Amino acid sequence: MAIQSATTAPATGMPPEPTGGSRFRGMLRTLLGNRKAAAGIVILLIVAFVAIFPGLIAHDSPSESSYLPNLTPSGSHLLGTTNLGQDVFAQLIYGTRPTLVLTLVVSVIATFISTVVGITAAYLGGIADRVLTVITDVFLVLPVLPLLILMASFLAPGTTSLILVLTVTSWAFQARQLRSQGLSIRNRDFLVSARVRGESAVYIIFREIVPTMTSLLAASFLGLAVFVVGFAASLQFLGLGNSGQEMWGTILYNAQQSAALESGNAWWELAPGLAVAFLGTGFALVNFAFDEIGNPALKPMKRRKRRVRASA
Amino acid sequence: MSEPLLDVSGLCIDYLVDRGAVRAVDNVSFSLDRGEFLGVVGESGCGKSTMLFGVAQLLPDSAEIAGGSVKFNGQELVGLDEHALRALRWRDFAVVMQSAMNALNPVKTIGAQFRDAMHAHGQRSADAIRQRSVEVLGLVGIDAAHLRSYPHQLSGGMRQRAMIAMALLFNPSLILMDEPTSALDVVAQRSLMTRMKELQQELGFAVVFVTHDMSAVSRFSDRMLVMYAGQVAEVAPTRTLFTEPKHPYSGGLMEAFPSVRGPRKALVGIPGSPPNLAEPMSGCRFSPRCPDVMDRCLVKAPELIQIGDVLARCLKYDQTDETD
Amino acid sequence: MRYLTRRGGMFLVTLWAALTVNFIIPRLMPGNEAQSVLATFRNINPAAVKALEIQFGVNVHHSLIPSYFSYLGHTLTGHLGVDAQNVPVASEIFSKLPWTLGLVGVTTVLAFIVGTLAGIFSAWRRGGRLDAILPPTLFIVSTLPVFFVGLLLIYAFAIKTHVFPLSGNYTIGATPSFSLSFVGDVLDHAFLPGLSLLIVTAGLWVYSMRNNMITTIADDHVKMGRAKGLSGLRVMFDYAARNAILPNLTGFAMQLGYVLGGSIVIEYLFSYPGLGYLFYTATTDHDLPLMQGLFLFYTLAVLICVLLVDLLTAVLDPRTREA
Repeated sequence: MAIQSATTAPATGMPPEPTGGSRFRGMLRTLLGNRKAAAGIVILLIVAFVAIFPGLIAHDSPSESSYLPNLTPSGSHLLGTTNLGQDVFAQLIYGTRPTLVLTLVVSVIATFISTVVGITAAYLGGIADRVLTVITDVFLVLPVLPLLILMASFLAPGTTSLILVLTVTSWAFQARQLRSQGLSIRNRDFLVSARVRGESAVYIIFREIVPTMTSLLAASFLGLAVFVVGFAASLQFLGLGNSGQEMWGTILYNAQQSAALESGNAWWELAPGLAVAFLGTGFALVNFAFDEIGNPALKPMKRRKRRVRASA
Repeated sequence: MSEPLLDVSGLCIDYLVDRGAVRAVDNVSFSLDRGEFLGVVGESGCGKSTMLFGVAQLLPDSAEIAGGSVKFNGQELVGLDEHALRALRWRDFAVVMQSAMNALNPVKTIGAQFRDAMHAHGQRSADAIRQRSVEVLGLVGIDAAHLRSYPHQLSGGMRQRAMIAMALLFNPSLILMDEPTSALDVVAQRSLMTRMKELQQELGFAVVFVTHDMSAVSRFSDRMLVMYAGQVAEVAPTRTLFTEPKHPYSGGLMEAFPSVRGPRKALVGIPGSPPNLAEPMSGCRFSPRCPDVMDRCLVKAPELIQIGDVLARCLKYDQTDETD
Repeated sequence: MRYLTRRGGMFLVTLWAALTVNFIIPRLMPGNEAQSVLATFRNINPAAVKALEIQFGVNVHHSLIPSYFSYLGHTLTGHLGVDAQNVPVASEIFSKLPWTLGLVGVTTVLAFIVGTLAGIFSAWRRGGRLDAILPPTLFIVSTLPVFFVGLLLIYAFAIKTHVFPLSGNYTIGATPSFSLSFVGDVLDHAFLPGLSLLIVTAGLWVYSMRNNMITTIADDHVKMGRAKGLSGLRVMFDYAARNAILPNLTGFAMQLGYVLGGSIVIEYLFSYPGLGYLFYTATTDHDLPLMQGLFLFYTLAVLICVLLVDLLTAVLDPRTREA
């Protein structure tokens, strides 16, 4: 005969989230309390602001090419000019919106696909699970940049292809984790009751399972965003996926083609690179914070001197 | 009376959390003689496992001993340097944990894990190691062939017995057990505990047995220690605790168990739940749930009071200042 | 062993997927563009032109399925075709392979060893300033795009200062040999590219190993190791690290794909004539056979690595052998 305790411990995996609007507020509070998350959010807000109001920050138009080419940074041209006489700073600022939009669109779509595949695999089990897992694993193993390059070279150039290509290579990233989380809650009571009520699989997946995994989904989204920012820029740096929309990667490409680093116009190439790193870091910091929230053991520990007094 | 084997005095253990320190074990004192079997019971979260690992000097980095002393064979363990402590470990006192699946290294064979312990204490001879390993496995009824098995290849009961065998390698004088039978079914539990008691009587080691299952341990223990909210509520010989519990909490526990053979009577649970150790408490920690609560219980925190061969932390037995 | 047959099966399935991707992608190209691409091929061999036409789906007289199977058959028997300069793809790949193998091979292994050890130690010694700053810093560093790290290094060490050479794999005009001066020259040229790759990949290792270690250290069997009186070092390696490293091993194989991709960018940046640079020039030339051959090669490399790691995991973790 055992003495019962007041609370029961949750099953393995991350603790389930409380439902309702309080969940969002609670998550926000936890996030802001974490220094890394706060720093990351600040970065993201800055980038978002620049993306929404480029005109407030840059005085020149990005396409205006009447300036002297290859100027070094100065008061009137904060980052100098390109070899065609365009203001680099303006290009960077105006390039923020398309870059950010691309990142967000791809991340959302890829997270969605990832979630559907991962949770469906966990929920349906059996053959469907095996098939979906195999597909996921295949996409995980195929080397990303070579595949990206191969696809981007042969599809019609443009933003749509870029979105397609990036989504195809990134969705598999988090599908495994989502699947294992799905597996760990598959047999919880609230799901069993939904099955017994006769709810359809789609209902169960979207209305019952997904809401319990919000922080994992947020973490997946952020991880994907880091991935997309870096790979989109890398792709464009190599000369692929550049279309009318001047994104940061495009500026990098132009700068590299003009050997900006060697010809003394280094900021033309370094600035967009820094911008990419900056945005990636913003997403990464918040992502890191989510890792810590999910597993508090990872937080930095206060080390106290072992003050042990042996008393009588 | 000879010196006790284990003498714990005023042990306090804190958990270090963001906001500061939470005292999980508050001023726990008890002593254990050679060959004695002490059962430590209490509900989840009362601090019994923490106390056990504190005694064994095996606290995780997030916890620390904030005060008190743990004397083993007269030697102070608290603050003892790692080197000296390591020499004592396993040879003089051993630990058996709750889940053998977690406590045994999954990537090493049973034999290799036995060997690790022997190597750590200077025993290098392969023959001697093998011989002793086979010997201890025999004590718990496991075939010697399993020295080459991995933990996941054994059944739950076998794993648990392998852990006990490992604890016996150096014939220690004290074995600390943390709910070693909780993960087993009732039948396996009973056979394991019976065997443990037999071994204890054969080999003469003392046992501190932490569990939330009072009835399982009461059959084998000489004395029992009841913990509540990080403190010792009552320490008494097993029989005495069951027939005349002094602390209202112990009394409540007795009332809460149905007896298989006795007359049917209504089960009375203990209303309420244990206090939050992070919040400051005044007076007796059990007062919110106590059926015999008095006015002064809310104000004065009781000490452990000796009543015959029983220690109880209750103001009912406090003869000082009757007037309030 | 069922485990290995399952892994072998995955190997084949993924290989098949890569081949199929190779087949499908060019067919997605708009028709007129495909024609113009074909026109750029200074090709002599009419059979090769025919094969390409099939792949692009241009002037196709055969239907889809037979051409798919003939493509599969050709590739699997090693006939990777000829590239735009009429050089056999396979020989192109093998001639450039040693340079990339050296660069990527050395950095990956070094990053893994350094990163893993650093992760183990950083998890063992928790608390204090270092623990709060180091992991997030490493994490950030590992998320930096590799071209950025390369740009910084090039700028700092090859342009602003002239500590290391700007490009190439050895000084132009030097004769390849195993002499000390030549080897030194090679290492000199490989240093910055290698360092770029090392920085990005090692950071990831330290971070993930540290996280795994922290979770493992909390496990009971590590506590048991301590309880038995084993020395701290012993417990750290034999009990904690041996278990913590297992999930990392699979990650190692997966990361190879990332590193290979990174090598494309780095070799482009440093004009380092390895496979990555070859891939880049093939892209600008729209040299389909070469691109396909390289893609296949990369995939094969990753798959072999995955298989080797699976074998290693089976050796290190007895539980997988029963799976």
